[in-house]
Amino acid sequence: MSSFYSELGWLPRPPADFNPQCRSILDQPEDAGEQIRRLASTALDENQLVRLSRTIQKLRTSNHTLAPLTPYRLAILSNATTDFLPAALSGTAARHGLALECISAGYGQVMQESLNPESAINTAGANAVLIALDWRGLPLRFSPGNATEADAAVNEALRYLDAVTNGIQRNSSSICILQTIAAPPERLFGSLDRALPGTPRRVVDDVNRGIAELAQSSGRTLLDVAGLAETVGLANWHSASEWNLSKIPFAQMFLPLYADHVCRLLGALSGKSRRCLVLDLDNTLWGGVIGDDGLKGIHVSQGDPLGEAHLDLQRYALSLRERGVVLAVSSKNEDAVARLPFREHADMILREEHFAVFQANWTDKAANIRAIAEELSLGLDSFVFVDDNPFERELVRQALSQVAVPEMPADPSLYATALSAAGYFEAATFSAEDLRRASYYEGNARRAVLQQQSGGIQEYLASLQMEIVFQPFDETGRARITQLISKSNQFNLTTRRYTEAEVARIETDPDCFTLQIRLSDTLGDNGMISVIVCRSKEDLWDIDTWLMSCRVLGRGVEQAVLRELLQRARERNIRALIGTYRPTDRNKLVEQHYSKLGFSLESECPDGSTTWLLDVATAQVEAPPMTVRYVGFAADSVSTNSINPTSRK
Amino acid sequence: MTKEEQTLDTLTGIFRDVLDDDELVLKRELTAKDVDGWDSLTHIRLLVTIERKFNIKFTLPEVRELKNIGELTDLIQARTALS
Repeated sequence: MSSFYSELGWLPRPPADFNPQCRSILDQPEDAGEQIRRLASTALDENQLVRLSRTIQKLRTSNHTLAPLTPYRLAILSNATTDFLPAALSGTAARHGLALECISAGYGQVMQESLNPESAINTAGANAVLIALDWRGLPLRFSPGNATEADAAVNEALRYLDAVTNGIQRNSSSICILQTIAAPPERLFGSLDRALPGTPRRVVDDVNRGIAELAQSSGRTLLDVAGLAETVGLANWHSASEWNLSKIPFAQMFLPLYADHVCRLLGALSGKSRRCLVLDLDNTLWGGVIGDDGLKGIHVSQGDPLGEAHLDLQRYALSLRERGVVLAVSSKNEDAVARLPFREHADMILREEHFAVFQANWTDKAANIRAIAEELSLGLDSFVFVDDNPFERELVRQALSQVAVPEMPADPSLYATALSAAGYFEAATFSAEDLRRASYYEGNARRAVLQQQSGGIQEYLASLQMEIVFQPFDETGRARITQLISKSNQFNLTTRRYTEAEVARIETDPDCFTLQIRLSDTLGDNGMISVIVCRSKEDLWDIDTWLMSCRVLGRGVEQAVLRELLQRARERNIRALIGTYRPTDRNKLVEQHYSKLGFSLESECPDGSTTWLLDVATAQVEAPPMTVRYVGFAADSVSTNSINPTSRK
Repeated sequence: MTKEEQTLDTLTGIFRDVLDDDELVLKRELTAKDVDGWDSLTHIRLLVTIERKFNIKFTLPEVRELKNIGELTDLIQARTALS
């Protein structure tokens, strides 16, 4: 888990062509600030941060604007080598909306720089001064067992730090950032160190408490380096050999992480912290899919390990709300179905009244987040969007680059940890007003009005390089086919359930045409996502079963499936396709499925079911942006397949 | 490609990336003073990147004794052979 932190695991990986992209910003610097922020919002390692900061530096030298990044000047005072910091910080700052320039004082010149009004630090015109001292930079004396001496030593260290800070505040108008001290990992007695006054561990603990208090005065703020080092482990944080070699204050592998912590604090000081958390529901706030699994089937109970994992995220979201973060929902669901667990599941921690806006519909999530932003009158750069589904995450990142979208770990137990590690809601202060903020945004879980679908969805879909695989039912797929047939509720036109034995019979029935359909893309393999059964009735095909996983909604799978059906029907001289919609309390989503695909209404029954017809000869369906591959069809049937313009592997 | 050539190939990629020089060619005899931009700070970045790429950790004495690219290649090979 420590590599999750050191590698900034909540950020998407940098693009493979990161270096060329840096160069192309220089060639086309029109929206340089925006492009740089996009690149900075990936998990850049130290060398990539250096490259990005050089790009920023070149743009600055040639007087290109870095807007919308806000200019910020940071002076750095340290007892260690600071040469690595400016590049790492300026690359990272763009992630937090800042165009950062750093001014460093000479190595080990801490007190002189502070007291001299003409020093580099005091004349830098900096917004803030980072006083980056580690345990070697404070006058720490150790006196195991001597409480009086220990108190004196702690006070001396704190007086020194206070004097340095006072000097800067007297000679400049910069905010001072004080760091807590990461304790050295070496022990003197062992566990006793924590209890005995005057041991290194105890002195550092006491000094840290004092630093936290010093940092509460006006014009000062705290960077909790001790807390950061504890999180990744002191044994990892410290690198004695890197200190000995080059006076590097902590293991260089943590430079991107440290830089992110500095910059999220600078962001908070500049009002760039995020304010609203938009949460997905299915497989995010609970395990499973409410529309398919129902109230009893979803995992959200104490005593159910998967349920407890999702409850951890609910609990964390609720505590964020209590400190002033506004909560909202964006879910692909029927509204009433999505609200059911909040109203009727006793173990749910989050309730409808905790959400300012509740968007459950089938429109793309980017459009929904935009609607939430308008409803709350908050900028898109105030938003964080949490979703387990990589397709939705990438769609929102591409459509709304200002929204922060963390990567989610494979294990839902770590969702809350990942969200916290990302530090989106960093605050430098906390006031009574913050406490009240959540209630400014009434928790009435209202629906916001959608303006329109997001633009650029087609380009996004094309960029996914989707591949759809058509295959007749077979023995290998039988278990999964049966599972989909018995579980799918929402995107299911007829909700006909078949046992595995019945599926096996359909498999060999000469009057049945079947398809098991898989979809993969650059984000991964979605597995089997759709099942079709058609039954021949003379020169007609009656679509007995058409179901699909809601995970792949809005990607053109239905169109691709219909194209395939039409083509197979033509090969077999079928005149028309007959579609039936049989309403249940779950499948309203597909009420107009056949209408949207160009079928015409044939008949309507009193129970609400409808029958639809499509003429095979004249039907036209536009090809969605995906390649088609066939598995398990007789070779001759593929070779006669000449009317499908999409490419085939 | 021999193992030594492979190591040198990976090293070349790292050096080009860290030094921002896509033309750089590494030879065994090459030393820091032969290469533009290979100063003491870049040296640390090179070492940290090499450690991460090869999943090894150099000791302080090893690092101090390195004279040229040849010795660095030998050291990496000795370390990766052990693990």
